[in-house]
This record gives sequence, structure tokens and C-alpha cells, in this order.
Amino acid sequence: MYSYTEFDDTFIAARNAQFRAQVERRVDGSLTEDEFKPLRLMNGLYLQLHAYMLRVAIPYGTLNGGQMRQLAFIADKWDKGYGHFTTRQNIQYNWPELRDVPDMLDALAEVDMHAIQTSGNTIRNVTADHFAGAAADEVADPRPIAELIRQWSTDHPEFQFLPRKFKVAVSGAAHDRAVIKAHDIGLRIVERDGVQGFEVIVGGGLGRTPMIGKVLYDFVDAEDLLPTLEAIVSVYNLLGRRDNKYKARIKITVHENGIEDIRARVDARYALIRPQFTGVDQQMLSRIEADFAKPTFKTQSLAAYESAYTNDPVFRSWADTNLAVHRAQGYAIVSISLKAHGKTPGDASTEQMRVMADLAEEFGHNELRISHEQNVILPHVHRGDLPALHARLKEFGLATANIGLISDIIACPGMDYCALATARSIPIAQEIATRFDELKLEHDVGPLKIKISGCINACGHHHVGHIGILGLDRAGVENYQITLGGDATEAAAIGERAGPGFSADAIIPAIERLVLAYLDLRTEQSETFLQTYRRLGLAPFKAALYPEAQADAA
Amino acid sequence: MAKAFTPSVITANALLEGDVIYLTAQGWTRDLAQAEVFDDEAIAEDRLIEASAQTDQVVGVYLANVDASSGTPVSTHFREAFRAKGPSNYIHGKQETL
Ligand code: HEM
Ligand code: SF4
Repeated sequence: MYSYTEFDDTFIAARNAQFRAQVERRVDGSLTEDEFKPLRLMNGLYLQLHAYMLRVAIPYGTLNGGQMRQLAFIADKWDKGYGHFTTRQNIQYNWPELRDVPDMLDALAEVDMHAIQTSGNTIRNVTADHFAGAAADEVADPRPIAELIRQWSTDHPEFQFLPRKFKVAVSGAAHDRAVIKAHDIGLRIVERDGVQGFEVIVGGGLGRTPMIGKVLYDFVDAEDLLPTLEAIVSVYNLLGRRDNKYKARIKITVHENGIEDIRARVDARYALIRPQFTGVDQQMLSRIEADFAKPTFKTQSLAAYESAYTNDPVFRSWADTNLAVHRAQGYAIVSISLKAHGKTPGDASTEQMRVMADLAEEFGHNELRISHEQNVILPHVHRGDLPALHARLKEFGLATANIGLISDIIACPGMDYCALATARSIPIAQEIATRFDELKLEHDVGPLKIKISGCINACGHHHVGHIGILGLDRAGVENYQITLGGDATEAAAIGERAGPGFSADAIIPAIERLVLAYLDLRTEQSETFLQTYRRLGLAPFKAALYPEAQADAA
Repeated sequence: MAKAFTPSVITANALLEGDVIYLTAQGWTRDLAQAEVFDDEAIAEDRLIEASAQTDQVVGVYLANVDASSGTPVSTHFREAFRAKGPSNYIHGKQETL
């Protein structure tokens, strides 16, 4: 895992000291809010509905036990005993007080973490596949390159005032777990003639105008990647619309100019700047790669696992849903669900954070990951240790067997916290999870992704949910619009709007009708909701959602 | 004819804690029930300017509609109702103390 160099330490310490002075000047009145706001945003500090909110980057979702424990310490000391993990592999604290934030940032620096560029019109926290370094289908670990991109982009003088925020995601596997097609730049490590390079996708994004990214280059050599990225962001910096905030993202630039035109411009810019990249970045990359050396895997008996799997149905159910195939013999990737039925998706109490830190140290080579689906991953656990691990998870409300199922819902903070929201997201997620738990249908329904956003900004990824829910304000009342058929994987698709929205009271029954209709419509149990939707299209689902409209038409 | 003015309170977030606050005749309160209700647009606008000038104490000052027919102001929009109460998922924010 990457740990800070002396350079990083000095940089962060200076930056924190600078912010501490800025906070002091805000408090003593020498800075106005207009002057202070951009400065606080550069350090991840928002003012939300009820309080300040501090957003901390967890680069490519990777952290160790010590870092997780420190996140818990911060939440206990300066917040309300929990943290919210987001779709962008960040943690958000919902209740800090202004004066405490410099201390919080210093506490983060102690464990090589910070909140820089988690906001503002700059290159944001670089995200990656949460199974990186562990997945069986991986070509290469995407994290070293994500770290290199982070170092290149952090405080990059040319890219501090882009037209709009800029998000990069990296995947090293065929199966896309990082939603690379819905990012400003999505990178996928691919192999051609035995050589590793990058497929470069640009212009994806969600929000007001959702778009799937387009392939800019199907293969870029590793040593040409950074100059290519620099060329893309330069072209966007120049061409991106600054006249209209809603049209300022690169997805609009690509859409308005066409991918051919963008490619020609990037090519030209690349030719100009390529000589400046003298290979130092590749030396840095080798050093970073050494930090990400694979753990030494052990050989151990599988007897405990096999016995628990055969004899304990609760363990078996958890193992069937929450484990993924690991590249190493005898190992598994464990997803810890932060979606216990009725709880807030993505929230972990400080006790739970500390338990996960302990378990990572005891059983997981001291590694944890935060997934964009708001769960926590232990990437390397020997199967023989799983029964013991599961028992501990159970004790702390962390053993919900629902990964990828209907209650494993992504939900943005919505109007319970967010100043931009038009409706609440969290209670809707809580009610859907509770309802399907009551119906005991969750495992029968199988893989189904519900994603909820509290406004058009789409932080909850509703456009790429199999079922997407968007909260809106209709004449002062919460209203929820459904989209169907979205997909966040390599087969990425934007969901279709099903029809008029539902009131807060009517949305849960509507989702229930939709899911029951799917159970009727599927040809066999193995046909997933998304497959059924793709086979039959919107019509039968629409009929289930709007039975009165059908009756009227008859 | 000018549109009738809807009764309103002046609200903001506290600079140091970020809490939702409301203007009273004496200063700021955390409790909507204590807020001063303005029925007169001209007075409300004057007080808004005064309140907005207190940048060393508050952030984001604005007028929010209320229904004051029962004697105490009640939010007429759900956003303001949540601001007055706190989030729905935990007993955090204002509802901890009110
Ligand atoms: C709480 C403060 C937040 C604010 C003010 C905020 C603001 C925004 C805005 C304005 C956009 C639209 C950007 C555009 O299209 O130009 C956006 C998109 C997005 N945000 Fe948030 N957001 C917040 C929280 C979150 C959280 C908690 C998450 C994760 C759960 C998140 C993840 C995302 C994602 C994934 C997108 C869409 C992807 C894209 O940019 O195309 N945000 N956010
Ligand atoms: S989608 Fe809207 S409500 Fe939800 S976090 Fe993003 S900005 Fe806030």
C-alpha cells in the first residue's frame, strides 16, 4: 500500500497549516464567507443542510486497519460516532464544527490521508475497482496507476480551475466494477500482444445529462498514459463550456464537438507536450508499484470453511452472496455489507469501523477497501478463516447476506443532509430494504441493483441502477421518479424513465409491484431482472407500475 | 396588483457550528417556534439586509415561508421542516436538544 514520502508529509503539513490560518481569519472576521468558501471547498469542507460536512478522500478506496481506526477516532472525537461512505470512495463526516476541522485534517495526516481536491473544479479523488489486486479476472492491479494519477493531478497548477469537476476511474479487469463508462475519463488496463496498456474512455457522466463514455483510444502504451491524460484535460480546460455550469462537463464537450474532433485536438496537444514527459513518471510508477506488492498468501486447511458451509445455513447464505472469487488458491474476497435492513446505506458506526480494522489486521493482510456501492471489502481472506470472521461480523451487525441483492441499495444523503437535495433518499432505501426483508423474497429475486438520488445531480447513480429512483420536489411535496434498465458494468446503459413519479407513500408499493411482475415474467430463476427487462422492454413493467392507466386504456 | 406577501421567518446557518438558526427580535435562535414572523414585506426585506450583514456569525441568510396562523410559525415546505427538525435517520441535529 502507498505510504507518504517525506515530500508528501511536508506538503500536507504546509497545506493544513495554511487552512488552519484561513479558518482563524474566517472566525475573526478578516475573511468574508465569499472569500472563505472557495478555500474551504479546496479542503473538502461543505456547508450542508444542518451542519458542515467534511469529505475525506480514500484514494482508489484502499486503506489499512490503522487508517480505518483513525477515521473512527475522528468520528468519535469531532463528529457523532459514525461516518458515511460514498459512491466516490470517500468518507463524509456530517457534523463537524468549523473550528475543529483543522484538527481533523491533522489527525488524517497522521495516517497519510487528506481532504484535498474532494471538492471544487479540479481532478477529484481517483477511484478504482474495489477488488483491485485480488480479483480473479484481473489483467493488472489498477491502483499503482491510480496513485500515479493522483500524484500528477494533486495541486497540478494547470488543473485547479477547470470548467467543472473532473472524475477519473481505473479498472484492471474485463468486468467493470468501477463504472468507468460513467466517468469523465475511464481507464481500463488491457493486454495486446503480451504488452499491457490502456483503453481510454472519455465523456461519460451522470447528473443532469447522463452519458456513457466513448472510446478515445483503444490502446495507449503505459509510458504514454500520463501525457495522454494531460493532453485530454488541457483540451477540456480550453474547450469546456464556462458560460453554463450545467454544460461545463467534458461529456458535453465531447457531445458538442464530436469524438473525432476531440481526438484530433488531443493528438495535437499530445504531440506538443509529450517531450516534457522524460520518463520520470515511469520511475515513480515503479516505486509506487513496489508499495503495492502482493501479500504473501498462506496455505492453510479449508476444513473449518467446509464444515461451516455444510452445517451452518446462515454462514452458507452469507458465503454465497458476500464472497467473490480470489486469484489465489484458498482465498476469497469478502464484501462486508453496510446495508443492514433498515439502516442507512453506507453508514458505519465507529465501533463497526474498529471491528473492521481489527478483522483486516487479523485475517485480511491489513487491507480494506471502500466500494462505490458503499460497502467495505476485505480483499484477501483465507477461506479457512471465514467462519471466525463471519462470527465476529455477526456480533456487530455486519454480516447481512445481501451483496448485489435488492436491499444492497446505493443511496445518496438526499435531503436528510444535502443542501442541494430536492427530496430524501435514505428513508426510501430503508423502507425498500425493510419491506423486502419482510416479504422474504430477497434471495429469490436475486441480483438486482436499486440506486437512489435525492436530486438530478445523481450522486446515488440512479441512471445506472437496474431500478433507479430520483427524488424530486413536486409543488412542495416529495415525489419519486423511476428509471429502468440502467447498468453500471462494461455493458453500461442509462435507464429509461418509466412514467410519472410516485409520492413518498406510493413508491414502496410501486417497487414491490415492479419486482413481483419480474418474478412472473422471468423464464426461469436464473434470468435476472436486467435480463428480463432487456428481453421484454419497458411495457410489461410499466403496466405493473401504472395499473390504473392500463385499466383506463382498456 | 402585487402578489400577497407570505408570512416568513429569516433563517441561516451558524458560522461556527453550521446549525440552522432563525432571527428573533433579540438575535438568533435555534428553535423555529421562537422565530420572529414577518407579515410585512418591507420590514422583512430591511431585517434581511441587517441579518445578512452579520457575516461574522451567520452564513446563507434567506427568508423562508411559514404558516403562523396557530400563533407559532410552522414550515410550509418540507425542506424547511427538515431543517427545523434534523435528519430522519438518526436523532441528530436539532431534535437532540429541542
Ligand atoms: C453532500 C454534498 C454533495 C454535493 C454538494 C454534491 C454535488 C454534486 C453535483 C452538483 C453533481 C453534478 C455534477 C455535474 O453533473 O456537473 C454531483 C454528481 C455526483 N456526485 Fe455528488 N454531491 C454531494 C454528495 C455526494 C455523495 C455523498 C456522493 C456519493 C454517495 C456523490 C457522488 C456523486 C456522483 C457519483 C455524481 C455523478 C457522477 C458525475 O459527476 O457525472 N456526491 N454531485
Ligand atoms: S444527488 Fe443531489 S441530493 Fe443526493 S447527494 Fe447529490 S447533490 Fe445531494
